[in-house]
Amino acid sequence: MNVNQHTPMASPYGQPQPGYSQPGYVPLDGGYPGPYAPYNGPASPYQPGAPPQGISGPARGPPTTGPLPVSAPHQYNQYSHSQGDMQNGPPPMTQAQPRPPVSQPYNPGAMNMSGPHPTYPQHYGPPPTMQQVSNQMSGMQITSGPPTPAGPGYAPPHSSQPPVSTAYSAPPPPSYTQAPPPVSSAPTQPPPPSGPAASQQYYGSPPPPSQQPFNSSLPPTSQQQFTSSSVPPPPSQQTLPPSSYSGPAPPPGQAPAPPVSQPQQSFPPSQPPPTSQPAFTPGPPPTAPGSFTPQAPPPSSQSGSFPPPGPPPTSAPSCQYPGPLPPQQQPPPSQPFPYHSGPPPPRAQMPPTSMAQSNHLPPGPQGPPGPPGPLQQPPSQPGMQTGYPPQQNGAFGQVRGPQPGYAGPYPGQPNYGAPAPAPAPAPPAQKRLDPDAIPSPIQVIEDDKAKSTEPFTTGVRGQAPPLVTTNFQVKDQGNASPRFVRCTAYNMPCTADMAKQSQVPLAAVVKPLAMLPPDETPPYLVDHGEGGPIRCNRCKAYMCPYMQFIEGGRRFQCGFCSCVTEVPPHYFQHLDHTGKRVDCYDRPELSLGSYEFLATVDYCKNNKLPQPPAFIFLIDVSYNAVKSGMVNIVCQELKTLLDYLPRENPEMDSAVRVGFVTYNKVLHFYNVKSSLAQPQMLVVSDVSDMFVPLLDGFLVNVNESRLVIESLLDQIPEMFADTRETETVFGPVIQAGLEALKAADCAGKLFVFHTSLPIAEAPGKLKNREDKKLIGTDKEKSLFQPQVGFYNTLAKECVAQGCCVDLFLFPNQYVDVATLGVVPVSTGGSVYKYTYFQAQLDQERFLNDLRRDVQKLVGFDAVMRVRTSTGIRATDFFGSFFMSNTTDVELAGLDCDKAITVEFKHDDKLSEETGALMQCAVLYTSCSGQRRLRIHNMAVNCCSQLADLYRNCETDTIINFFSKYAFRGVLNNPTKAVRDTLVNQCAQILACYRKNCASPSSAGQLILPECMKLLPVYLNCVLKSDVLLPGADVSLDDRAYLRQLISCMDVTETHVFFYPRLLPLMKLESGSLPVAVRDSEERLSKGGVYLLETGLHLFLWVGASVQQELLLNIFGTPSFGQIDSSMTSLPVLDNPFSQRLREIIDSFRAQRSRYMKLMVVKQEDRAELIFRHFLVEDKSASGGASYVDFLCHMHKEIRQLLS
Amino acid sequence: MTTYQEFIQQNEGRDGVRFSWNLWPSSRLEATRLVVPVSCLFTPLKERPDLPPVQYEPVLCSRANCKAVLNPLCQVDFRAKIWACNFCFQRNPFPPSYAGISEVNQPAELMPQFSTIEYIVQRGPPAPLIFLYVVDTCLEEEDLQALKESLQMSLSLLPPNALVGLITFGRMVQVHELSCEGIAKSYVFRGTKDLSSKQIQEMLGLTKPAASGQQGRPLAPQDAAASCRFLQPVQKVDMNLTDLLGELQRDPWPVPQGKRPLRSTGVALSVAVGLLEGTFPNTGARVMLFIGGPPTQGPGMVVGDELKTPIRSWHDIQKDNARHLKKATKYYEAMANRSAVNGHSIDIYACALDQTGLLEMKCLSNLTGGHIVMGDSFNTSLFKQTFQRVFSKDYNGDFRMAFGGVLEVKTSRELKVCGAIGPCVSLNSKGSCVSENEMGIGGTSQWKVCSINPSTTLGFYFEVVNQHNAPVPQGGRGAIQFVTQYQHSNTQRRIRVTTIARNWADAQSQIQHIESSFDQEAAAVLMARLGVFRAESEEGPDVLRWLDRQLIRLFMFHLRRSPFLQVFNNSPDESSYYRHHFVRQDLTQSLIMIQPILYSYSFYGPPEPVLLDSSSILPDRILLMDTFFQLVIYHGETIAQWRKAGYQDMAEHEVFKLLLQAPLDDAQEILQTRFPMPRYIDTEHGGSQARFLLSKVNPSQTHNNLYAWGQETGAPILTDDVSLQVFMDHLKKLAVSSSA
Repeated sequence: MNVNQHTPMASPYGQPQPGYSQPGYVPLDGGYPGPYAPYNGPASPYQPGAPPQGISGPARGPPTTGPLPVSAPHQYNQYSHSQGDMQNGPPPMTQAQPRPPVSQPYNPGAMNMSGPHPTYPQHYGPPPTMQQVSNQMSGMQITSGPPTPAGPGYAPPHSSQPPVSTAYSAPPPPSYTQAPPPVSSAPTQPPPPSGPAASQQYYGSPPPPSQQPFNSSLPPTSQQQFTSSSVPPPPSQQTLPPSSYSGPAPPPGQAPAPPVSQPQQSFPPSQPPPTSQPAFTPGPPPTAPGSFTPQAPPPSSQSGSFPPPGPPPTSAPSCQYPGPLPPQQQPPPSQPFPYHSGPPPPRAQMPPTSMAQSNHLPPGPQGPPGPPGPLQQPPSQPGMQTGYPPQQNGAFGQVRGPQPGYAGPYPGQPNYGAPAPAPAPAPPAQKRLDPDAIPSPIQVIEDDKAKSTEPFTTGVRGQAPPLVTTNFQVKDQGNASPRFVRCTAYNMPCTADMAKQSQVPLAAVVKPLAMLPPDETPPYLVDHGEGGPIRCNRCKAYMCPYMQFIEGGRRFQCGFCSCVTEVPPHYFQHLDHTGKRVDCYDRPELSLGSYEFLATVDYCKNNKLPQPPAFIFLIDVSYNAVKSGMVNIVCQELKTLLDYLPRENPEMDSAVRVGFVTYNKVLHFYNVKSSLAQPQMLVVSDVSDMFVPLLDGFLVNVNESRLVIESLLDQIPEMFADTRETETVFGPVIQAGLEALKAADCAGKLFVFHTSLPIAEAPGKLKNREDKKLIGTDKEKSLFQPQVGFYNTLAKECVAQGCCVDLFLFPNQYVDVATLGVVPVSTGGSVYKYTYFQAQLDQERFLNDLRRDVQKLVGFDAVMRVRTSTGIRATDFFGSFFMSNTTDVELAGLDCDKAITVEFKHDDKLSEETGALMQCAVLYTSCSGQRRLRIHNMAVNCCSQLADLYRNCETDTIINFFSKYAFRGVLNNPTKAVRDTLVNQCAQILACYRKNCASPSSAGQLILPECMKLLPVYLNCVLKSDVLLPGADVSLDDRAYLRQLISCMDVTETHVFFYPRLLPLMKLESGSLPVAVRDSEERLSKGGVYLLETGLHLFLWVGASVQQELLLNIFGTPSFGQIDSSMTSLPVLDNPFSQRLREIIDSFRAQRSRYMKLMVVKQEDRAELIFRHFLVEDKSASGGASYVDFLCHMHKEIRQLLS
Repeated sequence: MTTYQEFIQQNEGRDGVRFSWNLWPSSRLEATRLVVPVSCLFTPLKERPDLPPVQYEPVLCSRANCKAVLNPLCQVDFRAKIWACNFCFQRNPFPPSYAGISEVNQPAELMPQFSTIEYIVQRGPPAPLIFLYVVDTCLEEEDLQALKESLQMSLSLLPPNALVGLITFGRMVQVHELSCEGIAKSYVFRGTKDLSSKQIQEMLGLTKPAASGQQGRPLAPQDAAASCRFLQPVQKVDMNLTDLLGELQRDPWPVPQGKRPLRSTGVALSVAVGLLEGTFPNTGARVMLFIGGPPTQGPGMVVGDELKTPIRSWHDIQKDNARHLKKATKYYEAMANRSAVNGHSIDIYACALDQTGLLEMKCLSNLTGGHIVMGDSFNTSLFKQTFQRVFSKDYNGDFRMAFGGVLEVKTSRELKVCGAIGPCVSLNSKGSCVSENEMGIGGTSQWKVCSINPSTTLGFYFEVVNQHNAPVPQGGRGAIQFVTQYQHSNTQRRIRVTTIARNWADAQSQIQHIESSFDQEAAAVLMARLGVFRAESEEGPDVLRWLDRQLIRLFMFHLRRSPFLQVFNNSPDESSYYRHHFVRQDLTQSLIMIQPILYSYSFYGPPEPVLLDSSSILPDRILLMDTFFQLVIYHGETIAQWRKAGYQDMAEHEVFKLLLQAPLDDAQEILQTRFPMPRYIDTEHGGSQARFLLSKVNPSQTHNNLYAWGQETGAPILTDDVSLQVFMDHLKKLAVSSSA
C-alpha cells in the first residue's frame, strides 16, 4: 500500500493541487499527509519549513510559515499516498485550511510558551488525526469544513489567546467536534475536561461520501459557525470547506495559506498528521481540536487552560462546555457541544467530521461548530449538541451515511483477522480511511512531550503521569513515582458494576526496584529499630502517608482497613494543628510514596539474617558451545566482569560470592579456593540425582581467589577445545546451582549459558516437539506449555531457596524455550536468546546483555504483597515470579528491570472521598545481604461517573495489561480465542464509552475516548505480535521467548515493543531527537534513512535513493550499493552527523534493558522483510490487519455492541 | 621325637607345610577318633631363596578332572616316555619337549628335593601392578598431613610401571583423574547413593561408546586411555600425584556440633571396586583404604552421624541392638566377593581411637587377602612403619606380595579336602577330592587368594575317606598337591607346585606311631583357626563350649582367654582385627598370638623365657612380652624405682643401664620384622599400661586366693577368670568322667 501510495499520490496530488492549490486546503489534506510527509520522507520540506518556524520551537513552527506553500505541495505528494486520489478533493480542504491557521497561531504560541505552546501544536496534531479519520470515513468535507473555519478561527484565537492553544490540547481529546472546541477553547479549558474524558474520536466510516458530505455538512456547520465565531477564521475555513478552500484559505491568507501548510508542517514535526487535521478542524476549532486533543495531554493542558471555563468538569460531556465555555475558543473546542465537551471531544472528532459530513452536520457541526459554535455556532451546536455531546471525540460523521459507507469500505475490516482485504479497500480510493486521519501515536506522544515540562509531582491523587515516552522528572510527594507504579486508570470506578460495564481493566504495573534517573533520589532507607517497621495491626500495612494519626498522635488509623493501632512509644510524635505529625516531613514513610524499611530478623527465613547472595556461572561446554565461540567469550568476559558484581556501596567490594560450573552431559564443578595454586575440577556424572560435590572453595570471594579464577577461566576454553560431546543436560544444571546455594545457605543467581535441547539422559530431558502443523489448532497452546512437569517442580524449589535463574540461550535449532524458560520465568530471572550465535556478529550484543545482567541491581528471595484499601483487591498478577498462594508474589530474584502487573477487582464499593489506596511491599535481600522492605504507595481517585474513568486512563498501561493477559491466555486457550477476547474487550470498552460518555451522534461515527484513542492501534499491534499471530518464519521458540519476555516488561518496554520507535534521520540536531514517524511504510521516503527500535531490535533502514552526502556521513561510502548490510555497528566517522547518529543509537541502547544489535537494512533488500515486520501500522505478512483496517473492524464491533 | 621334629622342620622349611598328624590314620573311623583332623598349615609362597623358578610350563596329567602336575612322586617310564599320575594313576606321555628325558637327565620336577617347584609361565601380556589409594579426608589436620606424607612416600616405593589411582572421600567420593595437566580433575560421587558397577563405569566415562560403529581398532586405544585417566603409571604421574596429595584438603563440609563427619566409605569402596572391575578385571590390584573413622552415611554405614549414638559394642550386638550391622556386613561382603572374583585385594588401614567399623568391613580384607592395620592415628610410627613394610622387598628386590592367586588342592583318593581357613574365597570347583564335610571354606578344591605374601598361611582340613574294611596296603602313602597360580610382583605369571606325601598307619596297630607324629603346635593353631572361624560365624559362647569339648592342652587355656575367642574387654573391631591376623599368619606367629611369649631380664642371668603367669611378675625383673599385636616391656617395681632414681645414668651402675637396654634391643628386633608392627608399650609396675601384661598372664594369684598374698612370688591379678590350675583341675575331672 504505502509504497504504491507514494507514487500514486504524487500524481493525484498534482492534480488535486490545482484545485487545492489556492486553498490551503489542498495542503490541508495533503497537509496532513504533508505533515506526515515532512516527518517521514519529506524531510527536506520539513526542514526547510521547520527552520523558519523551527527556530521558534520545534519543527512545527517553521514549516508552517515558511514552507507553507512548498510544504504543502510536498505534503500532497505524501498525502497522495494515503488518501490517494480518492479524497483529494475533500481532504485538502479540511486539512489544509484548518491547520494553517491553527498551526501558525500555535506556533507563535508555542514559541512563547516553550511548554504550553508546544502542547498546542500537539493538540492540533492530534486533532488532525481525528479529522483525518473522519475524512477518510466519508465526511471528510465536514471535517474540512469545520477545520477551515477553525483554522481561521483558530488563528485568531491563538494570537489572541494562547489559552486557546492550550485549550486545544484539551479539546482534542474530545471528539472532533469537540475537538475543535477544545482547540479553540482548549487553550483555556482543554486541560481539564478534554484531557481526561475527551478523547473520543470518531472514526467515521463515511469516507466514501466524503466530498459530498463535505459540502453538505461542512458548509453548514463549519462555515457558518466559523464565520460566526470568529470572523476571520470562519471565512477562511468556510471557503475552504466548500471547495473553495482556496478561497478561504486565502483569507486566513495572511497566514492562512502558509499557515495551513505550516500548521501541517509544523505539526508534522511534532505530530504533523494530527496537527494538520486538528489544525484544520481546530483551525476550525471544532474538528481539529477534537482530533488533536486526542492526546492525553490535552486534558491536563486543557484543564489548565480550560479548566477555568468549565470544561474541566465537562470535559467528559463535551456538551457542557460548549454552552458555557468561552464562546469562541472554548466553545469551539468543544464545538457546539463539543465545546461543552470541548475538552473531551477534542480528540476524536476528526473522524466525526467526516462522518458528519456525509450526513450531517453533526460532524460538521461538531467540528466546525465547535469552533464556531462556541462563538456563534451555538445554534448549530444545539443541533449538534443533541447529537454531539457524545460525539465529542470521535464522532465520525458517518453515522448514517457511514454505515453504508462502512460496509463498503469496511468489508476490508476483515483484515482484522487476517490480512485484511486491505488491498481491496485501497482501490476504492475514496472509501478508504485516510491513515493520516486516524489517531496517530506519534502525535499523542509529541503532544505529551510538549505538555510535560514541569516535574511531575506525585502528591495529587488520581493524577495521570506523563506518558512513558516523555522525559520528565518526578517529585515524590506521597505517591510512588510512575517509574515504580503505573496504573491503567487513575480514577477507578466506585463499584464493581461500573467496572464491569466499562470493561476497562483495573491494573497497576509495578516495577519495584526500578532504577531512577540520577536527578531523582532513590528511596530512603528507614530503620524502625528492633521492633521492625510499624504496621497496622489488622491488615499489616506498613506505615505510610495514608495512615491517619489520631488521639494526639498516640494511635493511628490505617488507611487501608481503618483499623486503629497504637503508636509504639519510641515512634510517638505530637501532631500539629492540621493533624499531621510534627515530624511528618522528616520521615520518609510519612511523606513519600516510596521508601524502604530495614527488616528485622523476623522477616528472614528461619529467623536468621541472610548471608550475602552468590552468583553461579554455569557454562555449557558441549561441541556447539565451544564451536560457536560462546565458551571463549564468556570466559574472557567473566575475567573482567567479576569486578563489577553488584554492590550497594561503590567503595566496597561486592559481598557477592561466585562459583563456576561447566557442563555437557555431565557437570564440572570447580574448586577455586584461594589457597590452591590451580583450580580443581570436580566432575559429577550422576546427573540423575544431582548434588554439589564441594562447598568450601566453590563459592568464593572474587578478590581472594582472583588468581585461581583467572587461571580457571583461561583454561576452560582450552580444556574443551577438542570436545566431541554434543549432548547436554539442563535440569541437573539448575539443580546443581540450587544445591550449591542450599549448601551455602544463601540466595543467589544462576547464570546458565546453554546451547541445545537437553536430550542426554537426565531429569528434565526433552524431546523435539516443534510441530508447525499445530499452529492455529486447539493444540497450539500445548506448545507454550512445558513438555515435562519437572521444571515446574524445580522452579518451586528454586524459589524456596531464593535461587534466581538467568538463562542465556545460543540455539542453532529448536531448544524448547517454552520448557527451558519455566525456571527462569518462575524465579524472576531472564531469558536471553541468541539464535545462530556467531561470535563475531553477536558478541557485542551478548556481552552487553551479560554485563548488564551481572551488574544490575538485584534483590533476592523476595516476596511482594499488594495491599489495597477496602473495596478492591489485587486478584491477579502477571510477571516472572512464582505464587504458592493467592496473595504473595514470590520472586527468587527481582532485578531493576522486572515489572509485575497487578490486576485489581472490586470486592466492595469504593468511595470517592477516600479514593483507592494500594501499597506494594517487597521484602527482599539486597545484594549485600541486607534484608529490606521496599514500599510503594499509590492512591488513585474513585469516580461514580464513567466519564471520569475514561478521562483518567493510560492506554499504554492498559496495553501492557492486555498483552500480558493475552500472552498468558495462550497457555490455556486457542490463540484465536485469545485474540477475539482482546478485540471484544476492547470493543466493549469503547462501546461503553460511546454509549455512556460520548455526546450522542450518529451510530456511524466512531468516537474514541481521548485517553484511549490509541487503544485500537496499539491493540492491533498486540494482536499482530508474533505470539498471537505468528508468521511462517517465526519459530516456536521465538514465540515462547517473546511470550516470556513480555510477561515481565514494564510499560515503557511494552510500548516501544508493540509500537516501535521510527526516527527519520535525514536531519539530526544535537540535543533533540528528530520527531518519530508512524510505523508505516507509507512514511518512509526512498530518499531517507530511518532508525527503528523496538527495545529488542534496532534497524537502520536506508532508502534506495538516499543522497550521497547522507551515505557518506553515515557509512563513509557514497554508493548505496556499497553499504555492507552485515555491519552491526556504524563506522566511526568524523562528522557531526555520524557522531550524532551514533550518539542516538547509544542512547537508545542505554535506555533498554537489553542491548539491541544494529541491523542495517537496505531498501529492496531481502532483509527488509524483517524490518517491515515492525511497521506495525501496515498489514503484516502473517496476516495482521493494517491500522486502518483494524480501526474499521473495531468500529464495526463497537457498532454491533451498541445496536 | 627328634626325628619327627627334624622331619617337621625340614618339611616346613622346604614346603611350607605343617601337618597336625604326620602319619595318617588309614581309615575314616580312626581318623575321627583322633579328634584333631588331618590338617595342615600351608604357606604357599614361603620364601625359598634356594629355589630358582623354572622357565617352562608344568606338565599336567591329561585326565580332565585331575590335571595334577608332574611331581617327584610320579612313576616314570623313561623308555616309554610315560609317567603315571600318582593321584589318578592315569598314564601320560611326556610332551615333546621332554624327549631327552632319561634317568640321568631328569627334569627338576622329578627330583625329590623339588617337592616344591615354581614355574614361570608366559601367558598373555604382563599385567602391571595396580595400587588404588582410597583415602578418607575426614581426618584431623595432623592425621591427614601424616597420611599424605606416608602416601607420598609410598609412591617412591612403587615400581615405576605400577599403576596408581587415587580416590578420596568424605561426604562425597572423588575419583581423581591423574592424566590431566593444569586443572586437577576429579569425578565426584554422592556418598549416599549405591551405584552399580555399570553405573559407576558409565559415570566415569569408562564404558565403550556403544554407538561408535567402528569395531575393535579405534576402541582399544580409547579404552586404554580411558582407564588410564584414573590409573596411571607411577613414573608418569609421580609429580602430579604428589602435588595432588599435597593439596588434598580435609573434607570441606562443615561438621555440626555433636555430629560425626559424614564418611562415605561404602560408596568409595564401591567406586574403587567398580573402577577396577571395569578396567582391569583379573589383574592384580590392591585397593588400599585409609580410614579415620566409621562409615557414617550411605550404603555400608556402620553408625549414624549423631555422636550421641555410640558405635555398636559387643553388648549391642548380643542384644541385637546394632541397627546397621547386618546391612553393612552384607554390603561389604558382597563387595568383597566382587572384588575377589576380579582378583583385587583390599587393604584397610584404620587409624582412629574409636572403632572404625572393621567388624563390618573385615571381610573386605579377609576374603581378598588384603591387610588390615589398626592404629590410633596415622601420625604414629605404628602406622607409618607398618605401611612402609607393605612395600618391603625380598632378596630379589621384588615386592613381598603376589596377586590373583588361585590355590588348588589335589589329594590321593583316600583323602578328601574339607576346606580351608585363611584369606581366601572359594572358587566353587567341585572335584573328586572335595569332601562333603565342610570345615572352614569348603565345598571346593580351588580357592582364590587375591593377595599373597610370603607369610600368608592357610589352614587346610582333610578327611580320610578310606573305609575301615579297605585297608591301605602297607607302606602306602597318601599324597597332597598344592598348585598355586599367581601373579608375581614383577608381573610374571607363576605357578608353584608343592607335592607332599605321608605314610598311612593303622591306628589300631600303630597308635603310638601316630601319636608320636602329632605336631602339637600345628594342631593347636589349626584347632584355634577352626575355633576362630566358628567364632566368626557362630555365637561366641557356643564356640567356647565346642572348644572346651575338644582336646585341650596347655595352650588351649590361653586360646580360651585370647581375644580371638574372648570378646570381653575387646571391641568388635579389635576382635575382628585380631582374628583377621590370626587366620593368616604362619605357625610361629600364630602360637605367639595364642600364648604370648614372656621373657624375663634380670641381673641373675641371661634373659629367659618364663611362664606366662602372674608369678613371673617380680619387682627385680624386666619383662618383655610379645603378644604379636603388642610388645610390652614391663619394669618391675624395684627396677622402676631405680630407673626413676636415674641409676642407669651413673657410671658405676652401667650394668643396670645394660639391663635396661637389653629388652629394648630385643623388642627392636621384633619390631623390625613383624607385620603389622605391634603396638610398642614401655611400662612399669603400677603403670596404667601394665594392664596389657596383666591381662595376659595366668592369674595364678588373684585377690581370691589370698594364700599367696604377701609372698614374694609375683603380682596378684584382679580378675575373676579361673587360673590355669583351676582349669587343669577341672579338665582332669572332665577327662575321666563318663560324660566327656
